Amino acid sequence: MDVVAHWNHWVVVVLMMTGFYVIMARSNLVKKILGLNVLQAAVILMYVTMGKVEGGTAAIYLEDPHAAHHGEAEHGDGHEDDEHHDDGGHHDAPQAHATRPVTYSNPVPHVLMLTAIVVGVATTALGLALVVRIHEAFGTIEEDDLLDLEEGGG
Amino acid sequence: MIDAVVQHLPAWQVVLPLLGAPICILLRRPAWAWAWTVLVTWATAACAAVLLRTTLDGGPWIYEMGGWPSPIGIVYRVDPLAAFVLLIVSGVGAVVSLYARRSLTAELQTTRHDLYYAAYLLCLAGLLGMTITGDAFNVFVFLEISSLASYVLVGLGPDRRALTAAYRYLIAGALGGTFILIGIGLAYQMTGTLNMDDLAQRLPPVSHSRTVLVSFAFITVGASLKLALWPLHHWLPNAYTYAPSVTSAFISATSTKVMVYVLARFAFGIYGEPFAFEELGLGRPLLVLALSGIYVASAVAIFQTDVKRLLAYSSVAQIGYMILGISLATPAGVAAGVLHLFNHAVTKGGMFLAVGAMAYRTGSTRLEDLRGVGRVMPVSTLAFVLGGFGLIGVPLTAGFVTKWALLEALWAEGLWPVAIAVLLSSLLAVVYVGKVVETAWFHEPSEALRARAEAPVDLLLPAWILVGLSLIFGVWGAWTTGVAREAALRLLGGA
Repeated sequence: MDVVAHWNHWVVVVLMMTGFYVIMARSNLVKKILGLNVLQAAVILMYVTMGKVEGGTAAIYLEDPHAAHHGEAEHGDGHEDDEHHDDGGHHDAPQAHATRPVTYSNPVPHVLMLTAIVVGVATTALGLALVVRIHEAFGTIEEDDLLDLEEGGG
Repeated sequence: MIDAVVQHLPAWQVVLPLLGAPICILLRRPAWAWAWTVLVTWATAACAAVLLRTTLDGGPWIYEMGGWPSPIGIVYRVDPLAAFVLLIVSGVGAVVSLYARRSLTAELQTTRHDLYYAAYLLCLAGLLGMTITGDAFNVFVFLEISSLASYVLVGLGPDRRALTAAYRYLIAGALGGTFILIGIGLAYQMTGTLNMDDLAQRLPPVSHSRTVLVSFAFITVGASLKLALWPLHHWLPNAYTYAPSVTSAFISATSTKVMVYVLARFAFGIYGEPFAFEELGLGRPLLVLALSGIYVASAVAIFQTDVKRLLAYSSVAQIGYMILGISLATPAGVAAGVLHLFNHAVTKGGMFLAVGAMAYRTGSTRLEDLRGVGRVMPVSTLAFVLGGFGLIGVPLTAGFVTKWALLEALWAEGLWPVAIAVLLSSLLAVVYVGKVVETAWFHEPSEALRARAEAPVDLLLPAWILVGLSLIFGVWGAWTTGVAREAALRLLGGA
């Protein structure tokens, strides 16, 4: 197990466990949300790491304009396909071109993480909004105090 | 026109509630938003019914979103199991929506009703999306849509403790969701695909790598957290207790059920029974946790002083029966688990609605305030009691059909000590249901309670629809049993 080669994964694991620990061990509700954010950041890093291909560049189409144009034509065909709902054949024509001289990193994990970031933001916003409401209703955001207050009845 | 609808039915299933949600906010007025919600949920339920009919006759329906074929685009994959769960979720959503209008007026300011309905439809859309999708990452996205909406649904409860309950639900839910996300990521890392069918083909050759092992572990733990498998259930009791009555009924009947489905889908449909159960031996730990959950949660339920909390702990126990069936990894066992998804959804949904009807009149769900309620509100109490019989597993209720199927499956595996334990666990249900029955019927109602009337019809009707269904499918259990068996066979057959 080469520590240096898996550098990113070590960071991921440390961040993940830090976040997890903060969620579990902290009593302050805001800090728990922060822990959740650290955990989510670790996951984002994990996904982005797996998308990287050795020697690969960003997934920006680098071929000559002619080929790109051709690709667009294929794209148009694809749309017609929708209406007929024809399941036979037609597998992503642009990829069937001659081998590319450029190596690309896999863009899919990045795209997935865009979604995960949005989800993370929404969760954080909702969580913080709840903390504000909890503070208004109970006057504290410390879990231990909240438990005492809750046992005393609504 | 009709053709266009039928051809794109899997998409409508999710798009209807998803796009219906913002329209609720545009309608603003509570009555309009409610009418719209009822319309959308019933249309959604109709979609699910047609889908189930179609898939039972033929193979799985692979629907390409936007016409993009599967490696590039996201597909929706409807097989009998998915369609059955879709019908449960959207059916309960439709019935509960009838109840929402009046129940909410007692529990929520009218200015917030449109927002509540929007969250309700979003939650429904998320749950349906999780069930119908054939893409692993899509499961996560819909999971978060439904979860975020359900935190809101819980947090809008009338008691201030609803806020802390929603917060804890959020932390547990976000943790579970993130775990599932990690698991999906690691599986993607090994296979380069997110399509469930492709994953199922490409995972077995690499299943000996540690990455696949870890990915399956994360997904199992994440899903178990979200489905409230004992001992990961701590978020559940408060969330069900302090949420508005509508939320308690809807969430208890749908959200944990969908997570059970997701766990079954990943374990059997993607990682495969040989890997998950024969190689890793997931069956035994699940069986032990399920059985402990049944006993511990039922025992805790006995000591509750709040009816909703009692039902919440009973839910944790009932989830145990579902997981117990699934842990056997035989067609009969999985069929029993799937069957209980339906039977418990209608039973517990109906009971929460009945309790909500009592709370509407009495303003409380605490046992001491409900003393003698059976004499004042006999119709809603009877609905609760008949539902309670279902939890116990009395013959002629849906609960009995499940218990019978579960016992048969356990017996066929030679696990007779477990079968006996399951039978004995019914006694605990007798105690906690009996406790409510005793309080409701064998006490003189207080002066304040005597002044109350029976709950209005628009609350009683939905409660009785669900309880009635649990009785109908208790007597006439052949249809649900047949569908559950078909679903289980196709799931285990890898089709």
